Amino acid sequence: MTSNFPPALILILGALLVPFFRGKAKNWYVILLPAAAFYLITQLETGSSWQIHFFGFDLTFLRVDKLSKVFGYIFTMNAVAAFVYAFYLKDNTQHMAALFYIGSSLGVVFAGDLVSLYFFWEIMAIASTFLILARKTKKAEAAAMRYILVHIFGGLCLLAGIILYITQTGSVAFNPMAERTLANYLILVGILVNAAAPPIHAWLPDAYPEATVTGGVILSAYTTKTAVYTLVRGFPGWEILIVVGCIMTIYGIIYALLENDMRRILAYSIINQVGFMVCGVGIGTMMSLNGTVAHAFCHIIYKALLWMSAGSVLYMTGKSRCTDLGGLYKTMPWTLIFGAIGALSISSFPATSGFTSKSLIIDGAVHEHLLWVWMVLEVASAGVFLHAGIKFPYFVFFAKDKGLRPGETNKSMLIAMAFMSFMCIFLGLFPKPLYDILPYEVHYNAYTFNHVIAQLQLLMLSALVFFLFLPLLKRTETISMDTDWFYRKGGRVFYFIMDKGLNGLNRVSDRVFVRGLAGYLGRISRDAPTRAALLALVPAWVMGGSTGEKLTQKKGLVRLALQTGTSPVGISAAVATVFLIVIFLFM
Amino acid sequence: MKQKKEFDFFDKPENIKKLWIMLYVICGLLIIPDSMTHRHAYFGFDSFFGFYALLGFVSCAALILFSKLVGLFLKVKEDYYDK
Repeated sequence: MTSNFPPALILILGALLVPFFRGKAKNWYVILLPAAAFYLITQLETGSSWQIHFFGFDLTFLRVDKLSKVFGYIFTMNAVAAFVYAFYLKDNTQHMAALFYIGSSLGVVFAGDLVSLYFFWEIMAIASTFLILARKTKKAEAAAMRYILVHIFGGLCLLAGIILYITQTGSVAFNPMAERTLANYLILVGILVNAAAPPIHAWLPDAYPEATVTGGVILSAYTTKTAVYTLVRGFPGWEILIVVGCIMTIYGIIYALLENDMRRILAYSIINQVGFMVCGVGIGTMMSLNGTVAHAFCHIIYKALLWMSAGSVLYMTGKSRCTDLGGLYKTMPWTLIFGAIGALSISSFPATSGFTSKSLIIDGAVHEHLLWVWMVLEVASAGVFLHAGIKFPYFVFFAKDKGLRPGETNKSMLIAMAFMSFMCIFLGLFPKPLYDILPYEVHYNAYTFNHVIAQLQLLMLSALVFFLFLPLLKRTETISMDTDWFYRKGGRVFYFIMDKGLNGLNRVSDRVFVRGLAGYLGRISRDAPTRAALLALVPAWVMGGSTGEKLTQKKGLVRLALQTGTSPVGISAAVATVFLIVIFLFM
Repeated sequence: MKQKKEFDFFDKPENIKKLWIMLYVICGLLIIPDSMTHRHAYFGFDSFFGFYALLGFVSCAALILFSKLVGLFLKVKEDYYDK
């Protein structure tokens, strides 16, 4: 089959040629690559191909079905938009890292077996680290280091799970996992690290906000969404995921409300949004799985749009803290408008993409009569409008004018944002093209009168609360401790305890054993022959009539003789005899 | 040369006041349909008048207050990790 070619390879091999292009040609080239991959995915035929026999395993590099295709579409489409956004950028490292990263995420999505999935999974972790390092600040370097360490941990869990799975089942195929075995749980943990599920989520708000302007846009889409894909493929209906998902939705909101840095707000809102998807996987019905996939699709678009708009602000002002920003509506109106469309979409405002996708998940919960889950998801939906829908645009573009007059951002950024905004509204008004490419058939209409009114009530009252409680939401120049405390500060506390504890023990040991006891034993051993000789000789001398001055003199002579090894034969013999007696008596 | 006048609609207190009134009016208007149509209830209790409005209000207020509370323990200075 000539048309069946792994789309991952277009980006990964294409990345190698990036340094050979100069000027604008480089930017056009990196836009062209994902566009070509997108076209290729439209042409892929359903089924498995590119099967390679490797060390006794049948690896499948290309498994094409509706699920892998829909993720392939959105991954490549988002990549095109991101590279249009990055049209100003000449940095080879960033372009290559991004292409490797996006390419390997396609590799994960189209992998038909666990071994090749793991292979691409790890390339993703490494390539994405360079998007953080490329910021070239000390903070970014440190964050990148923590980022890769957490991902190595996740990767090891995944690897351990995969190895156990293969030894137990004898198969490398990646299909829905039904049994609750240790192997499957390890794989699940490895995936949940990438899905940023608490308590192993802190790498995301720690690292993404430190990435470059375009790095943030690209990072926001792939790591968490490949994890969502893997969950949909491997763990549909695992009830634990409902709980994990619900926790994520609320957790993200609470922290986003506390944050001051606009890109950290957006980072926490990724956790919140992925929570909806994870919950949908846990519910596991066709409707909720469709909802998860649709929501991932729409989420990638509006989240990239939000990161783009935050990125433009950062690019133009060099600032990202809400306390430094404000009043930008005067000089960056287009960035505001596009950002606001992203903000409305993430809040699932009617007529935007979030409304047509998230409703599927929530309705999925209703159909299964999961009252509490439905309740949490509705509360979280209201909360999204608070933290991402209003807080982000309000504090960045309105609030208090901080006197910043940066002017509108550059054209390529605006074009990319305009395209993403168009997609948000298009999918909001006409969701059918999206519903058609979902894994299962969809019979759903989000636009019933009651549903729209209910959603509007929920959102507008949230808005009212936001403005009523505005004094409580006043920004402070702070960060919030999260679970990364344990390896950032906790690491130091651990070091301190180890330093004081173990090194203290070392010092005590040194004093007692090395210098004290050993020295004592050394002195004893050195003096032993002299003492033994004197022990034997002194009674003889005393009996022989030597006392006082003479005895002391004799003692001195023996000491000197034994210490210098020049004792007369008689004394040596006496000492040896005493030793022999001692040995004979005690052994 | 005189500069072009800046667009500063959202800085003027009288406009802010208008926006407040608008927000209240919208919220009020949105609750009206609840009294006219009978919404299909998913779980029974969610069909009562203004349910979603109440849900939005209460849950957002609770989220803000809760985050404020945990913020007391979790918020630290920006150089916290550098020390």
